[in-house]
Amino acid sequence: MVKYLLFVTTLALAACQHSPETTLYQRLGGETGVENIVDGVLSGIEQDPSIVHHFADTDIPRFRRLLIEQFCELAGGPCRYTGASMQESHTGFQITQAHFDALVNHLISAMQQQKVSIEAQNEFLAMLAPMYKDVVYR
Amino acid sequence: MNLILCSLCLLMVSSSLMAGSKVIATGGATTVEGNSGGGIVPWATINGYSSSDEWSLNTFASRVGVDDFTLESLGFGASFNNQWELSFARQNFALDSIGGELRQDIIGIKYKIAGELLYTSLPQLSIGAQWKKNRDFALPAAVGAKDDSGYELYLAASKVFFDAIAGRNLLLNATIRSTDAHQTGLLGFGGAGVERKLMFESSAVLLLNYNLALGTEFKQKPNQLGFADEQHWRDLFAAWFINKNASVVLGYVDLGDIAGLTEQTGFYLSVEGTW
Repeated sequence: MVKYLLFVTTLALAACQHSPETTLYQRLGGETGVENIVDGVLSGIEQDPSIVHHFADTDIPRFRRLLIEQFCELAGGPCRYTGASMQESHTGFQITQAHFDALVNHLISAMQQQKVSIEAQNEFLAMLAPMYKDVVYR
Repeated sequence: MNLILCSLCLLMVSSSLMAGSKVIATGGATTVEGNSGGGIVPWATINGYSSSDEWSLNTFASRVGVDDFTLESLGFGASFNNQWELSFARQNFALDSIGGELRQDIIGIKYKIAGELLYTSLPQLSIGAQWKKNRDFALPAAVGAKDDSGYELYLAASKVFFDAIAGRNLLLNATIRSTDAHQTGLLGFGGAGVERKLMFESSAVLLLNYNLALGTEFKQKPNQLGFADEQHWRDLFAAWFINKNASVVLGYVDLGDIAGLTEQTGFYLSVEGTW
């Protein structure tokens, strides 16, 4: 029973494993993919009364450009993030864990919408999750 | 039991009920003792989806059927701030081949002391206490238990490792429990020569995607009652987090020997609703 389950799991996982020669940037869908993900996140924020107030004074086109740059650079794409550090840009905004969780949910929805593979999603989340300490309760 | 099952069925067809901000599956499932965890091991996770300054409620029903025994658990709980968890569970352990039943109530409290399951390199750490009270004590007393109630304290550490195995996220948990219970308290507490002992419990869960997970658990047991050997528990399970309001866990359990009846293995089913 146990051996059978482990065997089936191993087979299933091996079948879904991504080929290592592509970069995360490519697996997020390249330039279009990252832009769509960022737009998905922005639309999620816009419709979320629990966090939209944080962006009341935000220059949205600039924020969109910086977020695209940041996602692109993190994922190994041909961009350079030109914005402030995470800590600088979030200090004083009283961002709570619930706000951070809400943003993570919007990012996940956006990646799901964009049909990003679960492996690429997890790899990207692994890079973003440690930003929690620079963003929340600053 | 039927009422809870029906209400859970209703939950599964609806999808936009109130739920907290936490990411799906991060509240864990609910153990047979009513706290957030796997099926038999409490984790450092706080039940439900309440993030900071949010409340959540949960209810569950589970059934473990092994060769000669059936354990049914029902319960409910409340959580606040992704930090506090209160729970109540009522267990009915039917002695199918011996005859009779052993019933027990469990009140639990858990408090997150440090770390964040998803976001910090430090694992999420929680401490918990459970107060257990037998509703049937004739049999436990007859086989040597001294008390019909007891408390347990535990410390749990849980962490999700992103992109850990084949691109999947992995949850690892370790729990240390202080207890003087026999068969988790169903056969009472204490007795001649019985000491409070520290037991180790662990879980490993692979999240196949946001909704499906496969896990395994180990629960060390003290074996201090002279009349029959008590053995460690193990399980394998598949969990389906349908949405933030409903989840189902199906498992295979190995409870070892119980009350002299050997090799008790069987299946586990748990359904949970969260709001």
